[in-house]
Amino acid sequence: MESLTHLDRLEAESMHIMREVASEVDRPVMLYSVGKDSSVMLHLALKAFYPSLPPFPLMHVDTTWKFRDMIAFRDRRAKELGLELIVHTNPDGVAEGVGPFTHGSAYHTDVMKTQALKQALDLHGFNAAFGGARRDEEKSRAKERIFSFRAPGHRWDPKNQRPELWNIYNTRMHKGESIRVFPLSNWTELDIWQYIFREGIEIPDLYFAAERPVVNYEGTLIMVDDDRMPLDGLTVETKSVRFRTLGCYPLTGAVESTAATLPDIIKETLLSTSSERQGRVIDSDQAASMEKKKQEGYF
Amino acid sequence: MALGENDRTLIEDDVVGYLQRHEDKSLLRFITCGSVDDGKSTLIGRLLYDAQMLYEDQVASLTADSKKQGTQGQDIDFALLVDGLAAEREQGITIDVAYRFFSTEKRKFIVADTPGHEQYTRNMATGASTAELAVLLVDARAGLMTQTRRHSFICSSLGIRKIVLAVNKMDLVDFDQKRFEEIEADYRAFAKDLGFDDILCIPMSALTGDNITTPSDKTPYYDGPPLLEHLESVSSTRQEEAPFRLPVQWVNRPNLDFRGFSGTVASGSIKPGDPIIAIPSGRRSTVSRIVTMDGDLQEAGPLQAVTLTLEDEIDISRGDMICGKDSPAEQSDQFSARLLWMADDAMLPGRQYLFKTANNTVPGQVSKLKHKIDVNTLAEKPGKTLALNEIAAVNLNLSAPIAFDPYEENRQTGSFVVIDRQTNATVGAGMIDFSLRRAANVVWQDLEVGREERAALKHQRPAMLWFTGLSGSGKSTIANLVEKRLYDMGRHTAILDGDNVRHGLNKDLGFTDADRVENIRRVAETAKLMLDAGLIVMVSFISPFRDERQMARNLVPDGEFIEIHVDTPLEVAEQRDVKGLYAKARAGEIKNFTGIDSEYQPPRHPELRINTVDMTAEEAAETIVQHLTDGGYLSA
Repeated sequence: MESLTHLDRLEAESMHIMREVASEVDRPVMLYSVGKDSSVMLHLALKAFYPSLPPFPLMHVDTTWKFRDMIAFRDRRAKELGLELIVHTNPDGVAEGVGPFTHGSAYHTDVMKTQALKQALDLHGFNAAFGGARRDEEKSRAKERIFSFRAPGHRWDPKNQRPELWNIYNTRMHKGESIRVFPLSNWTELDIWQYIFREGIEIPDLYFAAERPVVNYEGTLIMVDDDRMPLDGLTVETKSVRFRTLGCYPLTGAVESTAATLPDIIKETLLSTSSERQGRVIDSDQAASMEKKKQEGYF
Repeated sequence: MALGENDRTLIEDDVVGYLQRHEDKSLLRFITCGSVDDGKSTLIGRLLYDAQMLYEDQVASLTADSKKQGTQGQDIDFALLVDGLAAEREQGITIDVAYRFFSTEKRKFIVADTPGHEQYTRNMATGASTAELAVLLVDARAGLMTQTRRHSFICSSLGIRKIVLAVNKMDLVDFDQKRFEEIEADYRAFAKDLGFDDILCIPMSALTGDNITTPSDKTPYYDGPPLLEHLESVSSTRQEEAPFRLPVQWVNRPNLDFRGFSGTVASGSIKPGDPIIAIPSGRRSTVSRIVTMDGDLQEAGPLQAVTLTLEDEIDISRGDMICGKDSPAEQSDQFSARLLWMADDAMLPGRQYLFKTANNTVPGQVSKLKHKIDVNTLAEKPGKTLALNEIAAVNLNLSAPIAFDPYEENRQTGSFVVIDRQTNATVGAGMIDFSLRRAANVVWQDLEVGREERAALKHQRPAMLWFTGLSGSGKSTIANLVEKRLYDMGRHTAILDGDNVRHGLNKDLGFTDADRVENIRRVAETAKLMLDAGLIVMVSFISPFRDERQMARNLVPDGEFIEIHVDTPLEVAEQRDVKGLYAKARAGEIKNFTGIDSEYQPPRHPELRINTVDMTAEEAAETIVQHLTDGGYLSA
């Protein structure tokens, strides 16, 4: 028989991980952040349980600052697939009026993402949450387990991780503890794109170049997605742009591009000279910032 | 992404063609072993760099970091790229397993990078468990070290059969041929009993890049491939010829018309129409379909995640293993295995742990620590317990049979991890060598007459009445009265009494903690057989330890274990001293006497508690029979 390619093996490993969680954990949920990695993760979940639907809901932590197209895409996909979608927004943050323009990216991310995620998991009693993080994204991720165990309060202790041998995952936990599960741990950015291409996985239009209204905001091209964007002294220009990652629109830099087809954006990604996280504002703190954030409960 | 000029041109011209070529890549997982001093991190950093897997911003930040913290002056310190966690960057050591990814035209690689010191044996075993090949680094100046032997042994134990001995830092010995050949000869002599199929020794320098991606002109005496070329071409392990094994992970039941069994094929291949047998249930059927979202497959092989449907409606669940009918996996509950301990708290033989295999979790214990293995000398040494990072040959005793293959034949179906029942931590990892039961290959027959049928014939439901309490508390007296009443009512009973059993079945056992555990295990198993015969069984044993009573409880279906605590205070029992044993124990003539110098752990939630101070033996018997009547045990 034909030998398995690296994508086949990655696919099978991810499916195995998801089935293991579904079998052993009583309250799993899949964190769906609408981006390309989430799209791949969702596709793998559909495959893992076919002809059943994935036996867990999707959950999106909505900061209220996501691109409008992301929200539309999210709602449409969940409906088409017949999957339960839970959307959570931190009500405290909303009451406080937290936003990246007024409160800065660090505070916004903490309140509307990190705290909101913890709230949502606690609120619904989820004790296992799938996330689309990959080990190749960032140095401290390289050592995180596929089943990443969290103490009560969602804290991650990098020095006290469970050993993972073979494909045997220990899912046992006490009440109040939880596990973050990363089925894409062993995928690289190139694998993700190749798989999207091979499988014909649908991703939001924001990844494709189009004429969009943007401003040059402190050196980054930010799309004017709604009227909350403070425009004092800034000129809105219409440019052909696209996004390499999707998040809160004020924190997501656009790149000028004319790549409007999947092969074209893959080509651009492959030929680009900077890693994808560079467009994210969250990493530009000190070197160990991601490790610190994760200890506090960030995905 | 940083790419070579060829790739760049290809992508520019025909990105679809490029993607298609890269789609057909295979995958190789390997581990690098060696210490910081051997240049391991430098080697991995070099592979990533030379394979052009770094973005320019990563290279820029690496260059900046190198100047700030690096040990290579103005040159790039590749180790900084690899040592991920902040704590490690500060301490300058690698303390965990990190996974790195790079790929070439031909292959994608997943590298497990683990520390080399003895206190990180567990980390190395973790990395080795999924690796098909190991790159062992040695410093050309130092030659084989203790750690080289340790790493080789761990790799061999974890089933790695392909080794690259990377004789590194050849630049520091002027690429001396004699030195290289000495080290190679030493290693081949040492490794001849470790079961490696394929050993390649390469003279190299990670720092200067010699024999890493391109052949070095400084080693004309070496005519083998450079490291990367070897990694690209070495055959990737795939157990296609082995018998078919599908550990069932999840039963796929979207509606009443579909019942599939999902799992990842561990070995072998399967086609629709192939006959199968499920182990340990022993049920047989034929594969009907191999279902995937992309359509049914005509064949499925190793590492594929699939869903099988069968011709017959047979009961298979998670924990079962679907096997080719003519070559089923073995099943057993007693094994000889090798165990690596991974926790600070030592492993104690006799203590209950959970054993998790590919798809099953079963309580059990290490019944015997045969010998420890010195990871540095491979010498056997005696021991009673197993500490962190130690490896031993052990016997295991599980509470239920599992399907398995010897690890040497199948890494997926021969491996297990050990879980602490209190903390839920993963405390050990093991490899099954063989079953300790000769009957392991006998597949259980489907029984036409079951326990329900037998019990129904007797108009009763089977039950195990477990009388626990101090010596002299009145267990046997009460049990005898209960049996007499049940007999009068026309019920079918049996009685197992501590003293009597110790004269026969258990006469080889003493009163140490380990023997007490074994004593209870045998009695519980015997009682279970009697339950299967439909009997109401009275077991009258001091059974001082909660864990062992729990073990007995776990053996039987819910509701059939009735724990009766015959609760007599020690002073009262000692005062009665029917058999004169307490006097002897106090006088030191009997050792390990429960209540005197051996602990009694009272049940926390017994089904019944009989206080013999307030209640006569007759009243106690009446209470128990009433409990059986109320519970419907006497009216089936």
